Amino acid sequence: MELIYMDHAATTPLDQRVLEYMLPTLQDVYGNASSVHRKGQEARKLVEEARSKIAEVIGATPREIYFTAGGTEADNLAIFGVAEALGLTKGRHLITTSVEHHAVQDSFLKLQEIGFDITFLPSDQYGRVNPQDVAEAIRPDTILVSIMHANNEIGTIQPIAEIGKITREKGVYFHVDAVQTVGHIPVDVQTMNIDLLSLAAHKFYGPKGIGALYVRRGVRVKPHIYGGAQERGLRAGTENVPGIVGMGKAIELAVAEMEERGKKEIYLRDKLIEGILKIPDVRLNGHPTERLPGNVNVSILYIEGESILLSLDLEGICASSGSACTSGSLDPSHVLLNIGLDHATAHGSLRLTLGKDNTEEEVDRVLEVLPTVVHRLRVMSPIWPENLLK
Amino acid sequence: MEYTDKVMDHFQNPRNMGKIDNPSAVGEVGNATCGDIMRIYLDIEEDVIKDVKFQTYGCGAAIATTSIMTELVKGKKLEDALKVTNANVAEELGGLPPVKMHCSNLAADALQAAIEDYKNKNQE
Ligand SMILES: Cc1ncc(COP(=O)(O)O)c(C=O)c1O
Ligand SMILES: [Zn+2]
Repeated sequence: MELIYMDHAATTPLDQRVLEYMLPTLQDVYGNASSVHRKGQEARKLVEEARSKIAEVIGATPREIYFTAGGTEADNLAIFGVAEALGLTKGRHLITTSVEHHAVQDSFLKLQEIGFDITFLPSDQYGRVNPQDVAEAIRPDTILVSIMHANNEIGTIQPIAEIGKITREKGVYFHVDAVQTVGHIPVDVQTMNIDLLSLAAHKFYGPKGIGALYVRRGVRVKPHIYGGAQERGLRAGTENVPGIVGMGKAIELAVAEMEERGKKEIYLRDKLIEGILKIPDVRLNGHPTERLPGNVNVSILYIEGESILLSLDLEGICASSGSACTSGSLDPSHVLLNIGLDHATAHGSLRLTLGKDNTEEEVDRVLEVLPTVVHRLRVMSPIWPENLLK
Repeated sequence: MEYTDKVMDHFQNPRNMGKIDNPSAVGEVGNATCGDIMRIYLDIEEDVIKDVKFQTYGCGAAIATTSIMTELVKGKKLEDALKVTNANVAEELGGLPPVKMHCSNLAADALQAAIEDYKNKNQE
């Protein structure tokens, strides 16, 4: 059985070219990038090259890029870092949305718990926030607006440039979780007026456990991990040289190939969506056009997500769901609930996220397997209309 | 999800899945909000479960637990069937992941609801 991987929003496979580029840093280039001697400087050079590549891609300067251990840490650093830097002077009010990734949402819930005032903006039925709502929520004591570029579950792209214009005008810091977008759609911190931006390498064919936070020059952020003077004091700890070097190579390749890959993904995405919507009682979650090139998210009524995933996995197809039974909690995904789905519809969600190596044959295979899987589970389901008690 | 081979077997090949026409009793537990619903149909003759069928909406654990429960109680006297607990069902499957021990493991409750329905009907 051939494996079909359609869970690229969870993580992507490491690009072979990235692996090859990283290998020396796992072997000969073992120096500590902070060391004065030649082994250290050899590593330092590669780290700084990676930093420059990342900066270039997002429209920043190298000194504005700080490496972290991934997207979650970058989000935490931005949110707690700004809260601590400005919380005692400018104010204690922060604005975010109700559809953020847990790395952002849980950070804000923690701030709320310790006395900060947090506004969670609603989204529309597609998961988009209204820039006007952002403008109206900003107060004199607002210190940060944090809004994701694109949603990891439903793929909806937020009007970041419009929001950036507002926050810049009002003089409020703007943090963007771009973990799902860098290397997939254009990101530019200048034209979008972004002050802080989170990235994670494993979403663009780089290694796991490495990410970065862009911090615009002059923006005040307090560190969260104390120790050495690495990353100019903002993030202590010996640099993850292999990760950093892999991230630099990965972003270079991902951005160079972005346009072509995006076109292919959009074609396959739309074919998948069209095919899946032919199954009765299925709805598309997320925006019809303002969505990530590789994202498909549907709710299949009368059946539950985990049983769909298990059935697909038995056919070699790797996918994901926002059902409670896959989240480990009692509630389905907060994103699906916040776009207005009832619990049952959220439990029936299926996310297929495409990547660079997916083919049209794979899409056809999914479209062949899925209706059978859905029918088998519906026949079993007491809430399928044909099975309702008379 | 780390399921035992037995769970996966019952998930892939559910036993006694479907419905009984003119059943002696029907029981249902759970709701769509929590994500698991189990419905049991019973055909009872002289206090013995002659036939049992189930329909389940839910995750792999929910489907497997109802499936194996029907095997455990088919042919049993009602009083013996009532002794089957949710914990027994999980044990028979070789265990369930801890997060599945609550709302996905209600097969015995569904059976008890069906037997309750039978008793109510036969009191009148
Ligand atoms: C939007 C978003 N933010 C943050 C994260 C967390 O990133 P990481 O897994 O690198 O910590 C993810 C990935 O799961 C994500 O999709
Ligand atoms: Zn369940």
